[in-house]
Amino acid sequence: MVVQEIAPASSLTARLHRLVVTVDHKQLGLMYIATALLFLLVAGSMAAVIRAQLAVPNNSLVSPQVFNRLFTMHGTTMVFLVGMPLVAGLMNYLVPLMIGARDMAFPRLNAFGYWMFLFGGLLLYASYLAAPGLAGHGSAPDVGWFAYAPLTGRAFSRGHSTDYWILALLVSGIGSMVSALNVIVTTVSLRCPGMTLMRMPLFVWLMLVTSGMILLALPPLTAAQLMLLLDRFLGAHFFDTQAGGSAVLWQHFFWIFGHPEVYILMIPAFACVSESIPVFSRKPIFGYPAMVAATVMIGFISVSVWAHHMFSVGMTSMGNTFFALSTMLVGIPTGIKIFNWIGTMYGGKIRFELPMLFCLGFLVQFLIAGLTGIMLAVAPFNWQLTDSYFVVAHFHYTLVGGMLFGLFAGMYYWYPKACGRMPSKRLGLWHFWLFALGFHLTFDPQHIAGILGMPRRIYTYDVGRGWEMYNLISSVGAIFQALGLLCFVANLLVSLRRGALAGDDPWDAWTLEWTTTSPPPEYNFETLPVVRSRRPLWDLKHPEDPDWQYE
Amino acid sequence: MLNNASLPLAATSAAWQLPSRRKAAVAWLIVTESAMFTIFVVAYLFYLGKSLTGPSPAQVLETPIISTLCLLGSSVTIMWAAGAFRGAHMARFRLWWTLTIGLAAVFLAKTATEWYRLITVHHLTISTNVFGTTFYALVGLHATHVIVGVTLLTLVLALSLAGKVRQAHAEHLEMVSWYWHFVDAVWVVVFTVVYVIGR
Repeated sequence: MVVQEIAPASSLTARLHRLVVTVDHKQLGLMYIATALLFLLVAGSMAAVIRAQLAVPNNSLVSPQVFNRLFTMHGTTMVFLVGMPLVAGLMNYLVPLMIGARDMAFPRLNAFGYWMFLFGGLLLYASYLAAPGLAGHGSAPDVGWFAYAPLTGRAFSRGHSTDYWILALLVSGIGSMVSALNVIVTTVSLRCPGMTLMRMPLFVWLMLVTSGMILLALPPLTAAQLMLLLDRFLGAHFFDTQAGGSAVLWQHFFWIFGHPEVYILMIPAFACVSESIPVFSRKPIFGYPAMVAATVMIGFISVSVWAHHMFSVGMTSMGNTFFALSTMLVGIPTGIKIFNWIGTMYGGKIRFELPMLFCLGFLVQFLIAGLTGIMLAVAPFNWQLTDSYFVVAHFHYTLVGGMLFGLFAGMYYWYPKACGRMPSKRLGLWHFWLFALGFHLTFDPQHIAGILGMPRRIYTYDVGRGWEMYNLISSVGAIFQALGLLCFVANLLVSLRRGALAGDDPWDAWTLEWTTTSPPPEYNFETLPVVRSRRPLWDLKHPEDPDWQYE
Repeated sequence: MLNNASLPLAATSAAWQLPSRRKAAVAWLIVTESAMFTIFVVAYLFYLGKSLTGPSPAQVLETPIISTLCLLGSSVTIMWAAGAFRGAHMARFRLWWTLTIGLAAVFLAKTATEWYRLITVHHLTISTNVFGTTFYALVGLHATHVIVGVTLLTLVLALSLAGKVRQAHAEHLEMVSWYWHFVDAVWVVVFTVVYVIGR
């Protein structure tokens, strides 16, 4: 029985008011995810325009200036306003439920984090209206998502578009750090009795590591952005090459943030996959301690690989060797993970539900992404392919084929918990096949275009370079991705009303979030649970053969 | 809903104790702040001797002995204040706490006069050369943290004078002192980098 709540007023204003004042981790988690999906549609449309422009040679759908703004805003939005809030949303919603807590450690701080993220996002998009100011300079940021110096200097980036980029990311970065801090403290201090560290669901472990990485990796970006602000407004010379400043230093500072950031986005996808695969294979996760160790290892190694983004900048051969080797080292813990997921499926009774389909897509695509990553880690190979479409294909393979597929799996897996209704399997299958097809059509040919020498970030290309067919296929793929994405959004909205009632535990799962109602009451648990193993719900369902007898 | 049928209590659950959430939060805040300071320190070291024009650190910087002693001393006085608070000696607590604020204020005043001298006498501003750029950024970032710390300390003092600080707040005060010790520790690094190695 859920304690009867006082009947809330249901007028639109009352509901909006509740959204604005809420400090409930579940409500905030859903707000993060909903906002992120809105930004996903915006940045996805930008990608569609980019693909339309590149579909045929010598196209003039958009001007070069607009094209630069499009890829800058697309990248910045996808990383900071889609990836990060999706991660924040999932961890906000699930971590307290999974460790048997009633809320996050600091609920108000949690709300603060969400609003900082939202205002950061709005600030970035306000640049379209406000950045030209009186001077008539460019509107949105157009310096690329990594904003290399000296392009961002006052002399080369007139007007305020770059300032909007800096300030928007500063603000939303504070939001990310606050929510990461909250997740860490919640995990450290609010676990229910018996939930020792090695009994936490892998999801919580992985989110813990991600949060730790956010707290270590985002401050360098904040610091570098503060320096850039000083450069632009007070005439400092951090990245001003004319006065002894160093453009390469910006690259170092940015990638000290930027590379861990990739893992910050990937590890939550691992987290979703690590929860889904066991449940849909009807086996406990294979090699739990190894998974934890591998995640921590990825966290450690990821802070020492940043300069593999800079092989072509002219480092010493010692530097190149170090960063090539450390980058390849990441393959070991990542490989451990992939083997463990396969080990979990091996001999299991696999149920091909929607989350599992996305997990399988994730496994294949992430493996390929990892392999092209190893290729790019070889410095001489990198010299050939850096800044080409091969790189574009590689990181879209990780972030779309890997991260997004993993997060889709997670969103389908926990949708019944959050909304109380099952997602439609038919729409979900359409989503999966359309999106997978579109993904491969778009990004597989880009590998070849890159090897044939097509540089990234060009707004058009000439006939006869051999890139035409690959670009056309790529652009056709974008249509399928868009259709798939629409099926996903439609599924989320339609199933909210029409989906079959889910009940507490529709997937027959084992972790604590499935012990409470769907959706959970505001206080999550009437009595705080007590756990004795990694699968408390299994123990509850099978008192004759509980896990704690074996662990 | 299954959760009412709580699982059998483990024998050890009576002793279930987790770290305080305040301590965990401030500890991680310090970690993340350290990451940011590291970048500024790295930038300072990277640009040492790379200025295209003068003045150079050796020409204009003087070792800030008094302000360093003040800041280090304030870490001791805040410790004594915390000790007095634990012993419920409120008058002594307020005395040491006020002294901490005073020492911090002296530090800030000394920084202000140092900057005034550098700007007016030596014409070193943030845009003069990369030494000016990195010096004002690093020392300024630290001074900003001192200002935040002084604000927190003053707030606690005001609340205590209003009688709002009770024994229940012992951990809150401890957290303020953690932050203060951190600001102090950063100064040790800044001092070493800017005034010892950097000259």
